[in-house]
Amino acid sequence: MSELFRTCPRSGLVFHKPAETLIKLNAVTAVVFLAVGGILGLLVVMTRWPAVHLLSSELFYQVLTGHGIIMLLVWIIFFEIAILYFCSSTLLRSRLATPRWAWLAYALMLGGAAITGVAILQGGSSVMMTSYVPMPAAPHFYLGLILFAVGALIGCFVFLGTLVVAKNERTYEGSIPLVTFGALTACIIAIFTIASGAIILIPTFLWSVGYISEIDPLMYRVIWWGMGHSSQQINVSAHVSVWYAIAAIVFGARPMSERVSRTAFLLYIAFLQLASAHHILVDPGVGTEWKIFNTSYAMYLAVLASMVHGLTVPGAIEVAQREKGYTNGMFEWLRKAPWGNPVFSGMFISLVGFGFLGGITGVVMGTEQINLIIHNTIYVPGHFHPTVVLGTTLAFMALTYFLVPVLFRRELFLPGWAKWQPYVFGFGTALMSLFMMGAGTLGVARRHWDMAFSGAPFSFEFGGAAYMMMGLTGIFGVVSVIGGAMFVIVVVGSLVLGKKIEDKSEYTTTRPAILPLGPAAPAHHGKGFVAPGTFVLALVFLATFVVYYFLNWMYLSSVWPMN
Amino acid sequence: MSALLPPSERIWGNAPLDKVEGTWIAIALVWCLFMFFMMPYWHVFGKQNYSGEAYRTTPAAYSAKVEAMVEAHTVRKETDQQIPVVRPPAGSDVYLAGRLWSWYPALELEKGQTYRLHISSLDWQHGFSLQPLNVNVQVVPGYEMVLTITPDKSGEYTIICNEYCGVLHHAMMGKIYVVDR
Repeated sequence: MSELFRTCPRSGLVFHKPAETLIKLNAVTAVVFLAVGGILGLLVVMTRWPAVHLLSSELFYQVLTGHGIIMLLVWIIFFEIAILYFCSSTLLRSRLATPRWAWLAYALMLGGAAITGVAILQGGSSVMMTSYVPMPAAPHFYLGLILFAVGALIGCFVFLGTLVVAKNERTYEGSIPLVTFGALTACIIAIFTIASGAIILIPTFLWSVGYISEIDPLMYRVIWWGMGHSSQQINVSAHVSVWYAIAAIVFGARPMSERVSRTAFLLYIAFLQLASAHHILVDPGVGTEWKIFNTSYAMYLAVLASMVHGLTVPGAIEVAQREKGYTNGMFEWLRKAPWGNPVFSGMFISLVGFGFLGGITGVVMGTEQINLIIHNTIYVPGHFHPTVVLGTTLAFMALTYFLVPVLFRRELFLPGWAKWQPYVFGFGTALMSLFMMGAGTLGVARRHWDMAFSGAPFSFEFGGAAYMMMGLTGIFGVVSVIGGAMFVIVVVGSLVLGKKIEDKSEYTTTRPAILPLGPAAPAHHGKGFVAPGTFVLALVFLATFVVYYFLNWMYLSSVWPMN
Repeated sequence: MSALLPPSERIWGNAPLDKVEGTWIAIALVWCLFMFFMMPYWHVFGKQNYSGEAYRTTPAAYSAKVEAMVEAHTVRKETDQQIPVVRPPAGSDVYLAGRLWSWYPALELEKGQTYRLHISSLDWQHGFSLQPLNVNVQVVPGYEMVLTITPDKSGEYTIICNEYCGVLHHAMMGKIYVVDR
């Protein structure tokens, strides 16, 4: 039973039956949580929109806690587990190692998410995703997170086990493909991340039930962020892999240089998890040298890695397009790209949004001193929405548009909606984030129910600009939610109502053919500037980066001297 | 589809490098190193730094220090809640406490003078956020942070809380009045 394979006639991908079921299950569960988290996000946005101010303060903090946990952990990690199984079993044409353990992983993750969800619903655990001690949550709030993490860890080991099976059973020639390599990076970072989570959440759980008298709040912050930020680095590795996969799927693009791209992934493993420091730059008593080294991911070598991927992914597309004859001028390759195909447009908007909005702002606010004028303002979610929503979520959405016909053998429902969805979602999220950053620069706090401070003993009024920015955050937040809803409707609609694809692929017990080496690079490769358009775009990116970086130093230099 | 296939070179470390990639890596690396050295540079030549001065404390010990200062230097009381406004001597140590849900006490400082501003929390974590300057630091119970500040413009400044601290988080507010001598 566990040796059944089918070959998708449309994509040529080979699915091992248990892996296929588990990929579908994890991905569908992820999308369900995305829908729930999106509704909560809508409520958050409608409350922070000053003219609407929908929820009561208590409900707002409860909903915001739920939104953070569901989106940052549950939706993304369920989808990532699906990606791990896809990148190992499917891409390597291998059987999935220990499907039973993969089912256990799924059950633990679902159970854990449900337990934490119940804790939040009960109302005694509105502690935000970060649950900073000594603010207490109910014990089962932590317990659910621990179970979820254990499940995810098992999923990681199923992935690693599958790599071993594939290697031993010689299902592929040479080295693993680049996309699988990127997924392996994500998996290694995930194991580090989950270990950090366990180190801090297990004692915190014991504290909440009374077995430990005190958790040092600063230690909690350092270790918790070893999970909190690193889990976003799993996302980066995963969505960069998805970018490479989509460039290959849509354009047949070949990585410009396997050596460069893989080395960049290795830099992620070596340095990305240092980002815990980003969150404690203005905490009491943390040493300067430690902060500088860690916040810069070791002299920005992990940032360098992202800048490399940011060039090589579009560069690979440019080379592939030029080989097809789109060689006029600098940008014909880009103009003639399939902008109506959501697999491509989603991926490209993800890449641009992640780089220009998420990446630049992340480096700027993670600069030790500049953090003084940004820490805990709404600029912070203005940074991480472009990384996690525009970058990771949109990349995963784009991949989903490819996977629905392949995995579920159904055509997309409402293809016109699917075509526009990445634009609506990307546009809404990007502008929402920009206005959040603007409001944050003016001092508006994150995780804050009322920018008018009702009930405070003194009064303070933000200027009209801050109110306008928060109003626009509200409007574009709603646009973003509409874009998200379009995705959920298209995907769920496709699974239920999508036209069935008559495909003749049957499950057989025949072992799939060995995965061959990729074609060798053509001779012109490596001689001259093969991707001039991408290089120009990269220089535009760099110029934006430099200007914005110095603007923030200027802004910092205008505040009170302090030491 | 070759990102989905094993690399054609069996040893991927030997794969060729494009000129466009090499050039970009060099440019990006220079920028990365520049940004890195900007931080120590600012510690030496810039005026806005927090170098990590802090001490272990307890809520009780810290509260005692705050009360001693309030006792010695209160100049008036404000609002219905009779919040003391403290005017500590120029150059002295000033103690500010964050607690559920207020910043205590209000401060009156002289423009152009330097103060050692101590900040700690008496209960949960808080976020010191000085508006409209928009200077923000984390306030952690058990740790007493010391910022040496020199207010360089007179006026009324507001401290809000920007670390979520419970249901009245948004109502937590304090004041720093900066006055001319």
